[in-house]
Amino acid sequence: MKELRLMKGNEALAEAAIRAGADAYFGYPITPQSEVIEYLMRENPADRTGMQVLQAESEVAAINMVYGAAGCGKKAMTSSSSPGISLKMEGISYIAGAELPCVVVNVVRAGPGLGTIQPSQSDYFQAVKGGGHGDYKMIVLAPATVQESVDYVRLGFELAFKYRNPVMILSDGIIGQMMEKVELFEQHPRSTEEPEWATVGKKPGKDSVIVTSLQLQSEEQEKVNLKLQAKYREMEKNEVRYETHQCEDAEYLFVAFGSCARITRKAMEMARKKGIKAGLIRPQTLYPFPVKAIHKLAKQVKGIMTVEMNAGQMVEDVRLAARGEAPVEFFGRFGGMIPSPDEIFNAFEQKMIGG
Amino acid sequence: MSESNIINPENLVYDKTSVMTDRVLHYCPGCGHGTAHRMLAEAIDDLGIQGDTIGVAPVGCSVLAYYYFDVDMQQAAHGRAPAVATGIKRTMPEKYVFTYQGDGDLAAIGTAETIHACNRGENILIVFINNGIYGMTGGQMAPTTLEGMKSSTSPRGRDIQSMGNPLKITELVAQLPGTYYVTRHSVQKPANARKAKRALKKALEYQKENKGTCLVEIVANCPSGWKMTPAQSNQWMEENMFPFYPLGDIKVPSE
Repeated sequence: MKELRLMKGNEALAEAAIRAGADAYFGYPITPQSEVIEYLMRENPADRTGMQVLQAESEVAAINMVYGAAGCGKKAMTSSSSPGISLKMEGISYIAGAELPCVVVNVVRAGPGLGTIQPSQSDYFQAVKGGGHGDYKMIVLAPATVQESVDYVRLGFELAFKYRNPVMILSDGIIGQMMEKVELFEQHPRSTEEPEWATVGKKPGKDSVIVTSLQLQSEEQEKVNLKLQAKYREMEKNEVRYETHQCEDAEYLFVAFGSCARITRKAMEMARKKGIKAGLIRPQTLYPFPVKAIHKLAKQVKGIMTVEMNAGQMVEDVRLAARGEAPVEFFGRFGGMIPSPDEIFNAFEQKMIGG
Repeated sequence: MSESNIINPENLVYDKTSVMTDRVLHYCPGCGHGTAHRMLAEAIDDLGIQGDTIGVAPVGCSVLAYYYFDVDMQQAAHGRAPAVATGIKRTMPEKYVFTYQGDGDLAAIGTAETIHACNRGENILIVFINNGIYGMTGGQMAPTTLEGMKSSTSPRGRDIQSMGNPLKITELVAQLPGTYYVTRHSVQKPANARKAKRALKKALEYQKENKGTCLVEIVANCPSGWKMTPAQSNQWMEENMFPFYPLGDIKVPSE
């Protein structure tokens, strides 16, 4: 019962939210992700599943609406693009602090500031290193295809509820805007469960439920931080996801994520055609990062090249993972520019082979 | 007559509502929050909706309101309570949802959330405590601080030229078609407190009928922030706050 469709990344992601059994979507228009809310408004999922969709007055309001719905144990999602995600960061920190589940989609465009509406990966640091205030982490899923955009919505909700933690899907303007063939999963029913941590109305004889991230006493706040850190160690243990291509005999390693990994794979294949044994590792989770896999490969290869559509962000994590076992070089285009396989290969030859 | 004979139900003239917990309030002596809490809790109790009510606490002095109301509650980021309440109400439409916010939270940092929740006519109750000052952070100027009123960030008194005017946000949201019932009260005397309670109860009853946003402002004192004794602060409030923020209904259902 395969349901195949040719769909735009943003629209496929919106359809996936309905099918994943989401209870609510709150959003605010911003290029290049406005198709998410446009699709949902057109589709009117209230009729299909009862899912609520609301255009908020701002990205700030939208993420706080997500907080309210998530606090009631509901599957809530929001999406935006870089400047809008900056506005959501306060809310994401509160959601992480209050241990609420939600999915946040960032269809990244180039910054800083208003930047440009063209695709970029320049929000890597913001996504994986915090972004908002305080010691927190969110699971960051990086789709490279429209298919993965769809699959990660469902996976995102699963992980968000498994860990009671925000999950970010770090897409970009390429994946959001392009059309590809997708296989849609079947409609999941909306959950009728009432988790014990959710504010659904005080039950007789039970304590009232409080959703908060506030602890006035340092001793208590430290306990909260330790609990969160223990949870993040669990995520690091269980949720690392990555894909490798031709790494078995690789002497050189490319590291790239998202749409950039697809372009880098072409460069890797060009190297292979020239008799250079190159491989590619594509982190699918940017947090938790595939530290062990990269460290292991670093011991095997002569050099590593990280390719990103930014000025060099993930490369720092690649260097930490390689722990000096191999030199780590970087190539990137930014400001909305997309590197071609040729220029990646040329940079690789120049920096790694010494041609 | 022994004590146990006196304390029996038919002799009780007043009983603490079970919608308030037994936790000791952290509010300063003489502060209006305690009475305002009790009036709201009693309104919830009278309507028998304790198990169907979800509250949203703000940032400010009442950030810990969730310790005192024995209902399920969420704590919102500064100013975002109406957005959080929107998220709750949209996914739990059968529940009674209220926010409890101070003037800094509701009328400064949260102005956009306040106006747009009211404009959408979200079926929520917004309880607005207006004491014209930031209490929690130590007495800074609020959007509702009166002209000439001293605070730690208007030490020579609020100067309209440079600091702007006190904001009558309650009158402002009353203009919006999404609001159904907008009223201003106080709780410094038993008669006022009883009126405030009646307003809160009415607002919750309207919520059951999905009538739109109800906003109940309570003009309150802040003895610590105003640097007065509780009695002085109540007198000052009556003489200075009430002329600018007159008590009474601002928007009532036309039916």
